[in-house]
Amino acid sequence: MTDFSWVIDPVYIATIFFFIIGLQRMSHPLTARSGIVWAGVAMLIATLVTFLTPGLTNFALIAIGIVIGGGFGYIAAKRVAMTGMPQMVALFNGMGGGAAACISAIVLLGTVNATSSLAVTGGIIGAVSFAGSIIAFLKLQGWMRPRPITFPGQQGINTLVLALALITGSFLVLHPAGIPATIGLNLPLFFLLALLFGVLMTLPIGGADMPVVISMFNAFTGLAVALDGFSFATPNFAMVIAGIIVGAAGSLLTLNMAKAMNRSLTNVFFGAFGATEEEGVQIQGSMKPVEVDDVAIMLAYADKVIIAPGYGMAVAQAQQKVKELTDVLERRGIQVKFAIHPVAGRMPGHMNVLLAEAGVAYDHLFDRDEINLEFTGTDVVLVIGANDTVNPAAHRQGSPLFGMPVLEVEQAKNVIVLKRGQGRGFAGIENDLFYRDNTRMLYGDAQETVGKLVQALKKL
Amino acid sequence: MNDITMLWTAAYIAMLAAFTGYVVISRVPTILHTPLMSGSNFIHGIVLVGAMIALGLATTPLEQAIGFVAVILGAANVTGGYVVTERILQMFDRSGRKQKEGGPR
Repeated sequence: MTDFSWVIDPVYIATIFFFIIGLQRMSHPLTARSGIVWAGVAMLIATLVTFLTPGLTNFALIAIGIVIGGGFGYIAAKRVAMTGMPQMVALFNGMGGGAAACISAIVLLGTVNATSSLAVTGGIIGAVSFAGSIIAFLKLQGWMRPRPITFPGQQGINTLVLALALITGSFLVLHPAGIPATIGLNLPLFFLLALLFGVLMTLPIGGADMPVVISMFNAFTGLAVALDGFSFATPNFAMVIAGIIVGAAGSLLTLNMAKAMNRSLTNVFFGAFGATEEEGVQIQGSMKPVEVDDVAIMLAYADKVIIAPGYGMAVAQAQQKVKELTDVLERRGIQVKFAIHPVAGRMPGHMNVLLAEAGVAYDHLFDRDEINLEFTGTDVVLVIGANDTVNPAAHRQGSPLFGMPVLEVEQAKNVIVLKRGQGRGFAGIENDLFYRDNTRMLYGDAQETVGKLVQALKKL
Repeated sequence: MNDITMLWTAAYIAMLAAFTGYVVISRVPTILHTPLMSGSNFIHGIVLVGAMIALGLATTPLEQAIGFVAVILGAANVTGGYVVTERILQMFDRSGRKQKEGGPR
């Protein structure tokens, strides 16, 4: 058989080139969709050309594995609703981390050389990313309590587990004689400790901080992939470069998200956000319910309406109805704008995606800082399923939310809060807004309620 | 190349790649953060290539078993990451067309 392995490296170089082009195109709304296609084609070719690697065996197993994994990924990603996207990113990221950890294990089982320290580092990062992402997935999916899980001495135990993982890992590097007994015992222990640390470090993180955490694990997996790529006897530079790019980009993205929520990374990981309730603060006033017809009239005679959507809109799949409401109001000559908090929903940009799906034009969507200047002159603000992102408690020192930039909806003349019940937001903090004099609560499923509003407005 | 030269070569590459990742992301508007996170999630799916090599060169049954798991996980990362990103970005695309069809308001 003719040896075609010389095509591997040129193809890998082209792959990296297209990955970078793809990422660059993904950073602009108009070219974003072509970006993922470029990257996808490059990935497909890179996968195919890998079959030409010299000395490769187990072709049947490889093919079966690709069919099983690929089939699962395809079906799971196709079937999930748009609201479930954040946890899908967490899940698939975790699987990438798991794959990286497995590769490290194989490298460490084989001949040990100067690069086994890289395999150990890649292994620990990959395993932490795997375990942590799965916990994040479970929390977002609601299969596990999203509230922070804390217990006494938690940070001490976490540090101890990490230290033990590092110690067993360094034994793997320092005793490279390949003695089966040492490897056989140390290797599973090392990975168990790394997995345990991944679980432990994610448990105390509350649901509201999950986007930051997922983004960080995404960067972790990238780094693990890069380290694995280099730990091979013949380094795989496609993995090294793609992994480092994701590592760097993911880290920057993580910092940007944390900044948007005004949370430092230390706070995210050790703050146990929402676990503790501030004491001694009595909220004045009461929650005042309102009926659909009254809200319809209020809207009909307004000059300017701002809609502040949140995760509740996503859960209720109300975006289509919200778009109808926008159309009805605009036909009456009422100015409608959307106030988009950067972290509304479960991920930055979540609201933009949903509203874009429903066909709301980009020029209706405004960033927090832009729209905050406008609330004062606004007749009605409709808060649809948002809670923590509109909580004025963020201005009060001592509140767990203190310092987080929020939508200052309370400055509008009237605030209507569409809400399923009287529960708290994802951060688990009482919302002052609901008790304000200019706030009215409109209880019910968001999709149904907005639908009724549209009907009522059409009759007016 | 000996191991030390190799390490330094990797360090040079890592530095440039890290810079590339940083620069590409730094111009991204907030609204694209979600698809971008998903897109970079897809790109580290290149781990599949590593999993294929690891399984393909595996000799013992244990190595083969771990490699098989790695290929499954890597393949799920790639396809899932692609489909999720594609689905998110599709919405941007569709709304863009709607806007053009609707004309200026």
